[in-house]
Amino acid sequence: MTTTTLSRPNVVHIVGETVLDGVRLVGDLTLFFLQLLWWMKWPRGGVIWPIMYQTGVQSLPVILITGGFIGMVLAVQAYDQFAMMGMENQLGTVINVTLVKELGPVLAALMLAGRVGSSMAAELGTMRVTEQIDALTALGANPVRFLVVPRFLACFLLIPLLTIVADGIGMLSGWMFSTKILGVHSFYYWHHSFNFITAYDVMSGVVKSVFFGAAIAIIACHRGFHSRAGAEGVGRAATESFVYSFVAILLIDFLLGTFFMKLYYVLWPGDISMV
Amino acid sequence: MSLIDLKHASMSFGPQHVLRDITLEVCKGETLVLIGESGCGKSVTMKLMMDLLQPTKGKVLWDDKPIHSRSAKKISQERLKFGYLFQQAALFDSLTVFENVAFGLRQNKRMAEAKVEETVNGRLRDVGLSPDVVVDKKPAELSGGMRKRVGLARALAMSPEIMLYDEPTTGLDPIMSDVINELILRTRDREQMTSVVVTHDMHTVKKVADRIVMFYPLTRLEPDEPQIIFEGTPDEAFACDDPRVYQFVRGEAGERLTELAAA
Ligand SMILES: Nc1ncnc2c1ncn2[C@@H]1O[C@H](COP(=O)(O)OP(=O)(O)OP(=O)(O)O)[C@@H](O)[C@H]1O
Ligand SMILES: [Mg+2]
Repeated sequence: MTTTTLSRPNVVHIVGETVLDGVRLVGDLTLFFLQLLWWMKWPRGGVIWPIMYQTGVQSLPVILITGGFIGMVLAVQAYDQFAMMGMENQLGTVINVTLVKELGPVLAALMLAGRVGSSMAAELGTMRVTEQIDALTALGANPVRFLVVPRFLACFLLIPLLTIVADGIGMLSGWMFSTKILGVHSFYYWHHSFNFITAYDVMSGVVKSVFFGAAIAIIACHRGFHSRAGAEGVGRAATESFVYSFVAILLIDFLLGTFFMKLYYVLWPGDISMV
Repeated sequence: MSLIDLKHASMSFGPQHVLRDITLEVCKGETLVLIGESGCGKSVTMKLMMDLLQPTKGKVLWDDKPIHSRSAKKISQERLKFGYLFQQAALFDSLTVFENVAFGLRQNKRMAEAKVEETVNGRLRDVGLSPDVVVDKKPAELSGGMRKRVGLARALAMSPEIMLYDEPTTGLDPIMSDVINELILRTRDREQMTSVVVTHDMHTVKKVADRIVMFYPLTRLEPDEPQIIFEGTPDEAFACDDPRVYQFVRGEAGERLTELAAA
């Protein structure tokens, strides 16, 4: 393979380089994921519980706050539009469907990426630059099995629960705000919601979240493992972990959203209740 | 018989070349000392020896067989023959001193807890630490020299056949340095251990070295010069007429002063 060094980088050069870097990153992440699968076993010695606590329990406050506000924000934003058409009673439908299918899973994932993902990247990055990861290998403990598997399992298993919590609290706050402040009738609020939301909607949201959780854990651990030296390198690993997770979440959301829509038409052809 | 062989190994990190065409063997029972100025790639060489890093070119052999002709499982098993004292100790900072030293034993050997405790305490005493005082501390609560010694205890706890010491006495007071030198000698005599020692401490060199290899930084070499500029016994090193070698072992700046001033 020959590479030519250009005296002045031109657009083609820069675009090519960026694309190659992207492809390389995706390839790297895939290999990392395969390694993870290879070493997948329930961690011994209770190492997973503190990680689960950190991932799940300690994320609850921030999930409750964002979920609660997003329910109310949805109510505020949708109310005017619906009132104009005289359809205030339908408010519950739009709030609840949006929450269950989109905002619940995505918000829970973003919070997890920001709170847990970046701290995992920073933690593993510190272990990398202080040679603790080498020390694990030297003492006969596979670092992927020892460090990545428990973190992956924690994200993977807990994110559906966090999503359901975000969904629930968002629904609750949206309902309270709509009925108490905006004066929508509670009976119609729920009546229309239940007519529209299907188990399929809830399920598709939760399934999406599992993919988000897996992506967050893989990206965070990968960035940590490849952290560069020094405080700067570790900080960068944490930032990159969040940015890459963010992009991954939106990308997966788009792909799976499309997939679930298509699947719905395959499973129930002719049904138009899906908006 | 050579336990570890580097055959024409080169190592680069991205655009930065660190090692070039290094050929080096470590024989059973000897104590090999690696010297050379800061940044010339001594730690990297030791990591290559233990397969913590893989050379970008060339090969590393264990027992005359390329490392990667073995299965991954076999490699990690055979790696347990090695003990590695990391330059910055590399203690697990979420674990206590006791858990650090016991880590390898608990991971790999089905050992009764009483036996683990006995081994851990024994190794801590070997490196001049009092178990009662340190076992429950976290690494962050220790001084730099203490951390280094816990790292040494952790490596020795596994009773390795080959010990790789990365600057075992750096950051220790003169007395404690000599305690560690003695420990290196003692473990070698008692357990016929093979050792590779990276050090800047000429007392350690004089005391423990059977053979010395001196590296030179690639950046200050011509493209065709070998990177290993000296190989021989300590006496030969102190008598060597290459100024790069004798100035280093005697700690004289020589023409580096004028070189640096010019730069
Ligand atoms: N993981 C790494 N990533 C990138 N560069 C590295 C890495 N490890 C080492 N290097 C580079 O390799 C060179 C040699 O490093 P090494 O740690 O082997 O030096 P050394 O001879 O042990 O120096 P010292 O005596 O100061 O410990 C350094 O310039 C360092 O920047
Ligand atoms: Mg070093």
